[in-house]
Amino acid sequence: MHYHRPATFDEAVALAAGAEGITRILAGGTDVLVQMRSDIVTPDTLIDIKAIPGTHDITRTPEGGWTLGVAVTGAEMREHADLGRDWPGVVEAMDLIGSTQVQGRATPVGNLCNASPAADSVPAMIAAGAVLTVTGPEGSRDIPVAEIPAGPGKTTLKKGEIATALHLPPRGEHGGDAYLRFIPRTEMDIAVVGCAVNLTVEGDVITSARMALGAVAPTAVLVHAAGDALVGRALDEAALKALADLAEASCNPIDDKRGTIKFRTHTAGVLARRAAQIAYGRAKGVQA
Amino acid sequence: MSKVHVTTTVNGDEVEFLCDPRETLLDVLRERLSLTGAKEGCGTGDCGACSVTVDGRLVCSCLMLGVEAEGKEIGTVEGIADGETLHPLQQKFIDYAALQCGICTPGILVAAKSLLEKNPDPTETEVRYWLAGNLCRCTGYDKIIRAVMDTAAEMREAS
Repeated sequence: MHYHRPATFDEAVALAAGAEGITRILAGGTDVLVQMRSDIVTPDTLIDIKAIPGTHDITRTPEGGWTLGVAVTGAEMREHADLGRDWPGVVEAMDLIGSTQVQGRATPVGNLCNASPAADSVPAMIAAGAVLTVTGPEGSRDIPVAEIPAGPGKTTLKKGEIATALHLPPRGEHGGDAYLRFIPRTEMDIAVVGCAVNLTVEGDVITSARMALGAVAPTAVLVHAAGDALVGRALDEAALKALADLAEASCNPIDDKRGTIKFRTHTAGVLARRAAQIAYGRAKGVQA
Repeated sequence: MSKVHVTTTVNGDEVEFLCDPRETLLDVLRERLSLTGAKEGCGTGDCGACSVTVDGRLVCSCLMLGVEAEGKEIGTVEGIADGETLHPLQQKFIDYAALQCGICTPGILVAAKSLLEKNPDPTETEVRYWLAGNLCRCTGYDKIIRAVMDTAAEMREAS
């Protein structure tokens, strides 16, 4: 295995584009090193992007959004008070992953590029409308996070393409997001179902809404119809029922040791209700 | 396969080593630097027995490559005591019998020290969540939690 620590993304892209065999990008390593150790993936080329300037930065954009470097960790996100005020759902989703030790290394971009259907931060980023900038031999492009996962362990990134920054849009006034997951334990487990809701309000009336689900399909799912179901109304029982029904209808899960199809589908509806209520409370400024 | 030259700082001392890029920081600490305090429990980041700090951040040394240590400041359990004087956490772990087989203890000491540096007055819940990534199969955790809470109280009084 060849280990590289490039100083620029151009250098990293050249390495990735020219490499033969299996290439992995190393950020926090909490997936890559586990896969190496258990002989699931043994890279021929390992490209450590952490020496590239800016990869550890959390920056507010002039428009009021956020840009996160690709090596920003969960612990750094949690310690960033302003980021947590704008996007508490994204931060809490990332914070649910692993132990204190794992939080010190794990990154949301790694969580996304590892492409587990159960990745906690991914539904939250999708609901938030996050965008990933990717640079490759043919230049850079911005891709909605929802379009990155292609299936378990697979992304839509092409050979030689490397994630270079993650963007969260401006929060704006009267908005809130939330993420909930179901696990059989209280800590440190893989989501059986995850659900993120992001919405804005004017008074009691919802003006925009996005919902995404995790661990109920081969990739995290953006529930497109959630906006139509909620916009223009308050989050009353009828709206919650409509949202829960949509969540259940969007599930295409598997039966496995962590949950049955029936259980996952039902739980998606339950979490949709609860996450929506938290996001609604946050948007109205009545709930932290 | 050629080895990589790495310069780093371990417990305040500058250290140089050559390692294969596949070696974890835990491998390097134990086998190249003879610092055997950090233990390999699972090797996959689940048990915390290999906990160290890297630039002040608590991590599993089994989930980091030795080559990534270049230019970093590593802290291990060997750096906790001041010469022959035990760190208050170490003394409290003895007083409370907060260990039995001892495999998890170095990781828990490093993790608990890291917590108290960030938060000198943690609640029991905060201690339990912070140490959730440090598995112990002997003690049932209660004595560990009590030892950490009492150390925190004593260190607050002393400061």
